[in-house]
Amino acid sequence: MSEYFSNIKTGATTIATGMAITLRHFFNAVKRKGDAGIDDPDYFKQVDGLCTLQYPKEAVPTPTIGRYRLYNDIDDCIGCCQCERACPVECITIETIKVTNDDLAACGKTSGGQQKRFWLPVFDIDVAKCMTCGICVSVCPTDCLVHSPVADFSEFDVRNMVYHYGNLTRIEAEAKKRKLQEEKAAKEKAAAEAAARGEAPAAKPAPKPKPAPAPKPESDQAGE
Amino acid sequence: MSQSPSLNTWSEALSGFYIGWLPLGLLIVAAIPLVFIALYALTYGVYGERKISAFMQDRLGPMEVGPWGLLQTLADILKLLQKEDIVPTVADKFLFVIGPVIMFVGSFMAFAVLPFGPAFIGADLNVGLFYAIGIVAFEVVGILASGWGSNNKWALYGAIRSVAQIVSYEIPASIALLCGAMMAGSLSMQQFSVMQAGPYGFIHYYLFSNPIAWLPFIIYLISSLAETNRAPFDIPEAESELVAGFFTEYSGMKFAMFFLAEYGSMFMVSAILSIVFLGGWASPLPNVGGLALNDLTSGPAWGAFWIIMKGFFFIFVQMWLRWTLPRLRVDQLMYLCWKVLTPFSFIAFVLTAVWEIYK
Repeated sequence: MSEYFSNIKTGATTIATGMAITLRHFFNAVKRKGDAGIDDPDYFKQVDGLCTLQYPKEAVPTPTIGRYRLYNDIDDCIGCCQCERACPVECITIETIKVTNDDLAACGKTSGGQQKRFWLPVFDIDVAKCMTCGICVSVCPTDCLVHSPVADFSEFDVRNMVYHYGNLTRIEAEAKKRKLQEEKAAKEKAAAEAAARGEAPAAKPAPKPKPAPAPKPESDQAGE
Repeated sequence: MSQSPSLNTWSEALSGFYIGWLPLGLLIVAAIPLVFIALYALTYGVYGERKISAFMQDRLGPMEVGPWGLLQTLADILKLLQKEDIVPTVADKFLFVIGPVIMFVGSFMAFAVLPFGPAFIGADLNVGLFYAIGIVAFEVVGILASGWGSNNKWALYGAIRSVAQIVSYEIPASIALLCGAMMAGSLSMQQFSVMQAGPYGFIHYYLFSNPIAWLPFIIYLISSLAETNRAPFDIPEAESELVAGFFTEYSGMKFAMFFLAEYGSMFMVSAILSIVFLGGWASPLPNVGGLALNDLTSGPAWGAFWIIMKGFFFIFVQMWLRWTLPRLRVDQLMYLCWKVLTPFSFIAFVLTAVWEIYK
């Protein structure tokens, strides 16, 4: 019998406690729960108030050290292709055209003052493939490839996930290619004329320096 | 008793209004509670419950349709109206169709004896309370018809649970209301309010003027939740066990009928609770010194305001309980009814009788 009455007492007190809790939450609904992050010492103290975030209208700011969508500032890109080689999932596609000597001024310099030596008709990042590892960002010598804070970039068509950062249109690229070939042909012609005059061929180790920069970033990374 | 001369004046004037042979006034008398149910279920019932539940769970509730989601219920109704009216091929067609109708009619019929203020009542029966208790049991027929007619195991389980629950909880509920009837010495719903009206406002309410009234009040509050299938006694629709209980197979407007019936009976039991123990349309404000607050806030229109506000308060309590307590198990439900509420209601009955004899 005593258990019977103690059960009723427990029921009444627990219902009263529960209803007090829900009523407190009901009256606290005029407030918003604070937006203290998990690293905030007051995080567990802010338990009262609405915590719904009406997402498209309001969002938690993405953390500054977070890695989200890749962005390439093409004006600073020197076309070194290190990011393309570093990428583990091959989501970056780059095509480069060497800048002819008379175009060097038109191609311009990076914000760091470095002369750019390549046109970039294609600089495509397939963010659907990208696994946001950040290796490409760490190897970029001019810091032009960064993870932007944009986190919501879903698309209906997966082909729209390929972002184009190239700085030449197709027609311009054709023109630059032709110009380069003309310059090359002129150079070869000059070299042939020079050879005909008996001089040693001077400038032709074009493929030679190319493998040289490749191990360099790797050794840099290992050093870090 | 000052209101006595004006008692039922509006509804009687309306019911005497004929156009030729057509009793248009009587139709209007019946239409007023119907419109009231529809409006209140639309606003406070659905929208209010969603908002209240959201606020109790630190959410926002509907926010997108209209400012603060105010048009959400209208959008829901538009959706329900456009839905196909499906009757399963293996269902008992007659019972399936008639079930929601019986349920809604059952909850609506009790509004006939609910006084909306001193001047308006559908039918001032001298057995009004008895009628209201009986009508609640009528809903069981609708639940059983829809649950059986659906030819669905979940629906049948829900219907059987519901019938067992409602029939069991009628006993403590009726005895608790009988305590109120003893205090008033009448079964007429208007007489309850008349007996509890007075110059000192809420002091005259049975809950405050009678030292035992709190016990039948709490017993009826608990068993009214069970009779309307509200949480924590919502085992007939138990979403986590029975999909949706007895209305699993229903969609479109038939589903909306169940909703209307549920919100109708929610207001009905809240109104009965406030009429029997909290003075119905009697103003709670007392006359303080020269400030005649009670006289100022009495009258036909104020009466309607007070009873609707009291009903809404208890609907809020029902929602509040729903979003606080978990669902009871079937055996716990029966334990609560037969071993706790029924003995205590008998105790309350005897104590009230003793108090009424020797006070």
